[in-house]
Amino acid sequence: MDALNRALDSDIFHSFRRSPAVVVSAIVTVLFFAGAILAPWIAPQNPFDLAQVDLMDASLPPFWLPDGQPHFPLGTDTQGRDVFSTILFGSRISLLVGVLSVAFAMVLGIALGLVAGYAGGAVDAVIMRIADVQLSFPAILIALLIDGVARLVIPRELHHEIAIYVLILAIGFSGWVQYARTVRGSCMVEKGKEYVQAARVIGRHPAAIMLQHVLPNVLGPVLVIATIHLAIAIISEATLSFLGVGVPPTEPSLGTLIRIGNNFLFSGEWWITVFPGAALVVMVLAVNLLGDWLRDALNPKLR
Amino acid sequence: MIAFVIRRLLQAVLVMMAVGFVGFSLFAYVGDPVAIMLGQDFTEESRRQLVHELGLDQPFFVQYVHFLLNAAQGNFGISYRLARPVSELLLERMPATLELSLCAAAIALAVGVPMGVYTGLKRDTWLSRLLLTVSLVGVSLPTFLIGILLILVFSVVLGWLPSFGRGTTVAVGWWTTGFLTESGVRALILPSITLALFQMTLIMRLVRSEMLEVLRTDYIKFARARGLSDRAINFGHALKNTLVPVITITGLQLGGIIAFAIVTETVFQWPGMGFLFIQSVSAADIPVMAAYLVLIAFFFVLINLVVDLLYYAVDPRLRVDRTAAGGHGH
Amino acid sequence: MDANGTKLLEVRNLRVEFPSRRGTLVAVDDVSFDIAPGEVLGVVGESGAGKSMTGAAIIGLLEPPGRIAGGEILLDGQRIDNLPYEKMRRVRGRQIGAIFQDPLTALNPLYTIGRQLVETIVTHLDMGERAARDRAIQLLQDVGIPAAERRIDHYPHQFSGGMRQRVVIALALSANPRLIVADEPTTALDVSIQAQIITLIKRLCREHGTAVMLVTHDMGVIAETADRVAVMYAGRIAEIGPVRDVVRRARHPYTEGLMGSIPKIGETVGRLTQIDGAMPRLDAIPRGCAFNPRCARAFGRCRIDRPDPMDVDGARVACWLYGEGR
Repeated sequence: MDALNRALDSDIFHSFRRSPAVVVSAIVTVLFFAGAILAPWIAPQNPFDLAQVDLMDASLPPFWLPDGQPHFPLGTDTQGRDVFSTILFGSRISLLVGVLSVAFAMVLGIALGLVAGYAGGAVDAVIMRIADVQLSFPAILIALLIDGVARLVIPRELHHEIAIYVLILAIGFSGWVQYARTVRGSCMVEKGKEYVQAARVIGRHPAAIMLQHVLPNVLGPVLVIATIHLAIAIISEATLSFLGVGVPPTEPSLGTLIRIGNNFLFSGEWWITVFPGAALVVMVLAVNLLGDWLRDALNPKLR
Repeated sequence: MIAFVIRRLLQAVLVMMAVGFVGFSLFAYVGDPVAIMLGQDFTEESRRQLVHELGLDQPFFVQYVHFLLNAAQGNFGISYRLARPVSELLLERMPATLELSLCAAAIALAVGVPMGVYTGLKRDTWLSRLLLTVSLVGVSLPTFLIGILLILVFSVVLGWLPSFGRGTTVAVGWWTTGFLTESGVRALILPSITLALFQMTLIMRLVRSEMLEVLRTDYIKFARARGLSDRAINFGHALKNTLVPVITITGLQLGGIIAFAIVTETVFQWPGMGFLFIQSVSAADIPVMAAYLVLIAFFFVLINLVVDLLYYAVDPRLRVDRTAAGGHGH
Repeated sequence: MDANGTKLLEVRNLRVEFPSRRGTLVAVDDVSFDIAPGEVLGVVGESGAGKSMTGAAIIGLLEPPGRIAGGEILLDGQRIDNLPYEKMRRVRGRQIGAIFQDPLTALNPLYTIGRQLVETIVTHLDMGERAARDRAIQLLQDVGIPAAERRIDHYPHQFSGGMRQRVVIALALSANPRLIVADEPTTALDVSIQAQIITLIKRLCREHGTAVMLVTHDMGVIAETADRVAVMYAGRIAEIGPVRDVVRRARHPYTEGLMGSIPKIGETVGRLTQIDGAMPRLDAIPRGCAFNPRCARAFGRCRIDRPDPMDVDGARVACWLYGEGR
């Protein structure tokens, strides 16, 4: 088993090194995470600290254009905020929402998948029917609905503070189905095996021993789903924020930045929209490339 | 056949009732419709009268049945925001959304399926690799960003195409169409491309992987071993077997198109139902939200039903009497 | 048998390689044999011995990245291993038919068996749809499908596993090929049906004068069906000869081991023997004879030189026990 694992590892490592696009994606992803985590320390400006923002610097173009200034490399928005800094802070929110909603979906999906696969019968039928129905509705619509309802239920003052958590739950809840299906499938396979019967005889709770065996089996597929889901979650967050029902403008994510910038598209200040947009696309593309590669690497028959 | 359809219809009704329940809960428990409808000045008497008129003094179950009955007749109450019947508002905007979705679906399918088949069959040509790489960029581009970029290039910089609205429309009965005027067609171009692009790349990638999956099967290998021509194998045997999953995917993507029409309509200020929905979410206009939800669910259920029936037409395994269905693996 | 010296198929020094990142794996190494018209050659060995790979190389359908890296394959004296794809396609089905292992997956589920038969017949024979359909019904009757006129319009899922394998055989025979490569044709079937299918293949091929390369790991099937048998081990032929000789007087220690693992009726030997160890992986074939680590009779030379098949009373055996200087 150990030897097998090592061989697998080295295969994956090899296919990783063989593809320059994947290496670049990994580096880009790491850079985005680093930039997002370290934003308060490395950003040239805290764009949300009014003391640091000067309206006199408003609407400056990127540094290579006439009127551009070197300490605002990607220009400034109409409030005089440094676009580069807002991107760093925006990525922070985008990644935070993305990672946490994926984590939520993963925990929920794995738990429901285990329950469905282990319990079988009516419990399984109910959970999987819900999954089927939910899957026939686009995730973004479900997230939009949950988010929309939450906005109505929660008082306005409170809403700004917890909007981001609502968003995480909404996006997470819209994505649990795939995890559940994978885990349930593996669970059904394991359930028929003799060691589960044996465990019952010994008196150990079969659920406990199954957990030990099912989880390692689904680790690969779950990792692949999670990576691709991260890209989808980031896009969902950006879309909801763009629609104005995501994170509040006081803590803008990349989607919010794009929405704000979109208003100035016609007055020629394209950089306020285009750079956050480019950052979003590069981030999602890098994660997607990683997910794509991971799926192929863990699934050798596809090559 | 009839049993199959009836079972599907029953499932559809169940889903609709569940969605209706969500819509009703929204309606009944979120916010206080009475307070919103009465405004500032009201007497206790007028309040009680309104509560009675709205049926809010009835038991929960009675209210729910009322809601369902009304919804089935297309009666969803009055919009808080616009003070007009919700059904009227939705009906007015439905042609815009449906025309946009139809165009987008046509583009996504007409381009996505052939590209998927091609990249599946000729997986090692440079064109396939290029399409695959481009498609990955495609699935990484959020719909709203595609819209913004298209507006930036074709409206702001080049000035070729309009960036918002439907242009001039022509009324055909209660339906308003943009297909019949030049400005209507021009206005349709950017939004439908925006809406189609993401779905198109997704369809292409899914068709490709289904094609690869089928090409690995034993019956394709056996067909090769019998010396059938490549044409017969690829387009006769392989393509027909990819049809079943492709129909599923297409059904799901049509649903996706209707959902993402919300985003596209917002970007292009397209006067459709999605734009109305977003405005209603911002304004807490619950009757419109509930009605939109039920209507969308209805579309989805309809699409799923059509998908199921298409399966039935394509796959003979579903057509026979399945007395021993349990032992049947695919 | 090779009595009058005509050969339908000749395989000469065939070598099949799989390039991989860790070096090239040799799946079939220096394999030579002939099949005479109408002859049944059994090819037996453990999984991974290279027997299926040899079959796939003959019908020209090795799965990439596998490729023929050396040797030649001749059909009627004409090389077929280097034919362009389109020409080889016309050989497949017309000259060389194939029977697959799993009848449940070998038929396209979305077409009637009639359509699949007619399509194959029309591809290779100069026949119209109607004549092809008549021929298809005839074929189905030949392979023992009752009510063939009605069943021809049924879909594969409406047949049982054994019946489906009969359909597969009808498909393989549809253009009357001269050789059939049958890769484990009974492995996926119920034991009760296996014998029927083997008998059917044997009868049909005798009637049509079709030669068969019967690939299997089941020595019992070979003993019943084949005229000659080739025993493969780790990509090479260990022993090839008339089936009676090989079964009764196995010469290669590996064949002896294989025979020792079959229970025989009427013999009082108390125990079945078993070969210790396992066949080496393709990337770890030992030096010398590939079988030497498991061979009870191995001696010095076996660990150094690789034996080539040599003539031993009518059979060919790759074993130093029969080499010179022993």
